[in-house]
Amino acid sequence: MQELDKAGQGSIRVTRKSSNVVVLEKDLATEQMLLAMGPQHPSTHGVLKLECLTDGEVVTEAEPYLGYLHRCFEKHCENVDYPGIVPYTDRMDYLAGMNSEFAFCVAVEKLLDVEIPRRVEFIRVIVSELNRIASHLVAIGTYAIDLGAFTPFLFCFRDREHILGLLEWTSGARMLYNYIWIGGLAYDVPADFPKRLKEFVDYFRPKTRELFKLLTENEIFVKRTKGIGIMPADVAINYGWSGPMLRGSGVKWDLRRNDPYSIYPELDFDIPVPDGKFSDVGDSLSRHLVRALEMEESLKIIEQCLEKMPSSEGFDPRAAIPKRIRPKAGEVYGRAENPRGELGFYIMSDGKSTKPLRCKARSSCFVNLSAMKDLSKGQLIPDLVAIIGSIDIVLGEVDR
Amino acid sequence: MEEGTVYSQHVAQSADAWAIIHEKFGDAVSAFDPNETMPFFEVLDLSQWQKIALFMRDHPKLKFNYMACLSGVDYPAEEKVGIVCNLESLGVLNHRIAVKLKCSRTGGSIPSVACVWHTANWHEREAYDMYGMTFTGHPDMRRILCPDDWEGFPLLKDYKVQESYHGVKVPY
Repeated sequence: MQELDKAGQGSIRVTRKSSNVVVLEKDLATEQMLLAMGPQHPSTHGVLKLECLTDGEVVTEAEPYLGYLHRCFEKHCENVDYPGIVPYTDRMDYLAGMNSEFAFCVAVEKLLDVEIPRRVEFIRVIVSELNRIASHLVAIGTYAIDLGAFTPFLFCFRDREHILGLLEWTSGARMLYNYIWIGGLAYDVPADFPKRLKEFVDYFRPKTRELFKLLTENEIFVKRTKGIGIMPADVAINYGWSGPMLRGSGVKWDLRRNDPYSIYPELDFDIPVPDGKFSDVGDSLSRHLVRALEMEESLKIIEQCLEKMPSSEGFDPRAAIPKRIRPKAGEVYGRAENPRGELGFYIMSDGKSTKPLRCKARSSCFVNLSAMKDLSKGQLIPDLVAIIGSIDIVLGEVDR
Repeated sequence: MEEGTVYSQHVAQSADAWAIIHEKFGDAVSAFDPNETMPFFEVLDLSQWQKIALFMRDHPKLKFNYMACLSGVDYPAEEKVGIVCNLESLGVLNHRIAVKLKCSRTGGSIPSVACVWHTANWHEREAYDMYGMTFTGHPDMRRILCPDDWEGFPLLKDYKVQESYHGVKVPY
């Protein structure tokens, strides 16, 4: 080793003392290297580019570059009328289209003063909770692939297919639905939908436990994620984290409870927050754990909705939709709990036009990803992959 | 704010928060706009913005620890561009308020609050990217969504898209 040093080609040697303390051996001549990860790298979950400055196997700095999927959502919004924006919101977070539509409609309806029929609210909650499960399944499945576990990915996508089937049956599309409209819904659910949904809930509940055995309690998976990328609660709040990311840091904050919208106050569900027994609070494993546990809560919500939902007799899903959607003059910041966190829309209306003056989307993963630079400092490259995966980004929403 | 008007609970909470800020900073902040959908006030003296932001974050009765959103806005009639910040006291006092700031449409600048809320870092870059105002004191003032050599600021109301970008025709 000493001979190598003299030649100036010595490399840094990394040893792991305990699970997460990395020790660099001193007096070795090292050289910093610029490593571009992405934009076509599978572990960046889309077209994200990370420019990593590495010292051997250790990342000293990682700078994210975005914008590869920028489709001018906000500019388009100023040129189409309100109902026309709904399909665009689908294309932001394409893994959770229903939730994005829901958030946008909640925001616009605050300026509209329309009374939403109760059955509409129940259907909205059912489809968005279904979509939440589907989105978490993708997040968990792809996270497993990032860390080298292939089987959970197949299991997750198999179960997600059932959900996509149900949503396709309801709305006619598998991912980009345009189903939740401002003031109502595009269609009522099919006649047999509650029965099939019940079947799905009964089918899926044991599968969540299977996933726990297969992945979450898997020794290798735990070793790769526990104690990696720890984010303390106060820093997470300062970074604007929300959703499973913030709850992973131990903050019990869920907009469905803390800034309730729709019929969520009537429903009984828990907000899973890691207690530090199984994972270190705030690490990648905690964030994964929150997602895994949340799926069961979503099932609970769906079951309750099925019980309480008013019957379809004399129901017109488009009854409350105004003929011409022209919100009163003013501004609103409306938001909803998406699978990835708080999706908010800042909408400015002049009261005359059917198009918004300004429509800004506050994307949850854009904000969550902004902590990447701090999170990646001093991590090993494989751990960097584990951290990106735990943030669960959808570049369609980051870049809009 | 007129005496005797009854506001809903969340507007009243925001009004109380505004009163504390107004007491400390006086004319640097405008009157409170108690509308139901998004109660806000405007910061009139831009040079005070960082101090106001820090005061809002750390005062024990304000504790606006969470910046939900920061949006750039164009006001062509007033020849101004601006930002709207939606702030919230997450998990502490649970009140919300919005803050508006406006600066000149050409070459205007606003003090950066990225040092107060990390969320502002990327959001201010985005506002600069789309509207062209700069944020003084920002640690990394670059475009974020558009390429670095893009011409013009796309969300301005009078934006004209460039003819070609690196030899590629842009408007299709």
